[in-house]
Amino acid sequence: MTAAETVKLKEKKKEKYWVATVKKLFRNKLAIIGLVIVMIQIVMAVFAPLMTSYDPVKQDLVNSEMPLFSEGHWLGTDNYGRDVWTRIVFGARISLVVGITAVSLGLLGGIVLGLLAGYYRRLDAVIMRIVDLLFSFPGILLAMLIIAILGTSLVNVAIAISIWSVPTCARIVRGSVLSIKEKEYIMAMRSMGASDLRIMVRHILPNASAPIIVFATMRMATAILSTASLSYLGLGAQPPTPEWGAMISQGQDFMWSSPHLTIVPGIAIMLTVFAFNVLGDGLRDALDPNMDI
Amino acid sequence: MKKVQESPLQPDVLLELDSVKKYFPIKGGVLKRTQGNVKAVESVSLKLYKGESLGVVGESGCGKSTLGRTILGLEDLTDGKIRFDNQEIQDLKRKEKKKFVKEMQMIFQDPFASLNPRQRVGHALDEVFTMHTNMPAKERKQAVIALLTEVGLKAEHYDRYPHEFSGGQRQRIGIARAIALNPSFIICDEAVSALDVSVQAQVLKLLKTLQQKYNLSYLFISHDLGVVRYFCDRVLVMYLGNTVEMSDAANIFSSPLHPYTKALLSAIPRPNMNAGRERIRLTGEMPNPANPPSGCAFHTRCPIAQDVCKAAKPEWIEHKKGHFAACHFAG
Repeated sequence: MTAAETVKLKEKKKEKYWVATVKKLFRNKLAIIGLVIVMIQIVMAVFAPLMTSYDPVKQDLVNSEMPLFSEGHWLGTDNYGRDVWTRIVFGARISLVVGITAVSLGLLGGIVLGLLAGYYRRLDAVIMRIVDLLFSFPGILLAMLIIAILGTSLVNVAIAISIWSVPTCARIVRGSVLSIKEKEYIMAMRSMGASDLRIMVRHILPNASAPIIVFATMRMATAILSTASLSYLGLGAQPPTPEWGAMISQGQDFMWSSPHLTIVPGIAIMLTVFAFNVLGDGLRDALDPNMDI
Repeated sequence: MKKVQESPLQPDVLLELDSVKKYFPIKGGVLKRTQGNVKAVESVSLKLYKGESLGVVGESGCGKSTLGRTILGLEDLTDGKIRFDNQEIQDLKRKEKKKFVKEMQMIFQDPFASLNPRQRVGHALDEVFTMHTNMPAKERKQAVIALLTEVGLKAEHYDRYPHEFSGGQRQRIGIARAIALNPSFIICDEAVSALDVSVQAQVLKLLKTLQQKYNLSYLFISHDLGVVRYFCDRVLVMYLGNTVEMSDAANIFSSPLHPYTKALLSAIPRPNMNAGRERIRLTGEMPNPANPPSGCAFHTRCPIAQDVCKAAKPEWIEHKKGHFAACHFAG
């Protein structure tokens, strides 16, 4: 090894943790594809009104069921003459907002429960049994139960999905806390007289961030898919809301005459879910290849 | 004031342990009942004077680290009394204890594990002041930089992460953190064991300088007899949670009384092969502290053990002035 190489190696070692992580992520081609698709969706969601000249819910019966690549409607129109591209763009907004809300609420609950369960031995048994109870329901069934209680609406879908995300998140956080709290620097903080809250929030949580980030990304995919599924079943977004799952549900009556009404939102859902999943995979590899999620 | 009369402390005693015990319960079965105890520390009594370094030596698993943690309150005391500055501290509530936290600090063994990897070094030190003082941010930063210079680091290290430092530098950060609140007592738990010999010397020198400057007392836990000989004023030898021998460092090394101490000393490697000293070899393993031998804990491996050793536990007797040992045949 030449001197120059040694210097280079030293510089590499000095790189900040996050810079190194992002670099590793960018070496993974699939993750880049995922990131690009996610970015596109975010842009679509944020600038939805600027990306189309049509209204997503206003009917135009004269121009109903136009096929793909029609003039003025490159993704065609549905049975009420609404522009499919417009509805996809606005649907991106709904998926993203519901997904982010559900995942952040789920994370909040999961992190709090996981920290408490991992840190306090006495609470562990109680919290984990409740978590096990939630685990014993199949996800969609639990969501349907919650919606049956709360009523059908997108807000309730977000709440249902967040509740269903809590147990998984709590388990992941608890596992990390259990290993981190035995570390010597936690012992050192205790010997300094740090409060439990300070130790949990300032010392354990930052060191448990990697699995939480990966979980959140992966869970976004599931949340978006579940929102679509529930809306498809008529439990989430109600017509005429331009939600992807609801769009498929409406379009299935016209499967033979206008297949694009189901295929286009289907592809949108598929691409988004795929993108979040590969991004999550890439993040996991970049953050810690040994991580177990 | 009755408390003080009960414990006839000399004015210069900083810390006094009175038959301190630490048992770890072994739980098992369906109902998680206590089935036995690992007797990690079995009745340790000692006095630590102001400004001195007391070395604690012994094999791994002899309870020396547990002793340190118990004194600091990181482990709950099973039985016994700990007096710090004339006040019993073992039963204090967390809030009352806060003022003793400032006085007692610890330096940890592994400099790579004892610092939060996600926290800048400056912030780690800053946090100590945030927790215990009301200093404004600007003063805190100045104090942190003063600390860094004190332990031989530089102000520009403030914004670095622990992984950017070498082992010795990290241990200096650990020392800076320990002295930040001006304590009078520091437990060094194998503080230099993880370092290279050359770095060990530097860190020990730093510890000595700080001791002289601030009149610190050290409880220096180590398995390295060479380091202890250089660094400590007095030495306590432990075996299986029991105190075996305690004396001035010079005395211990020149005229040990207990057969275990003799065996330990004979295991120190020496450069002169022809010195013609006899190596005392101990056979067998250290017994299980959950099921310690009867009588003297050392009798299973002791070269001079006799029947009385199996039956009766030897008392902790002052054989010469300041030279304690627990052996029926000390000398």
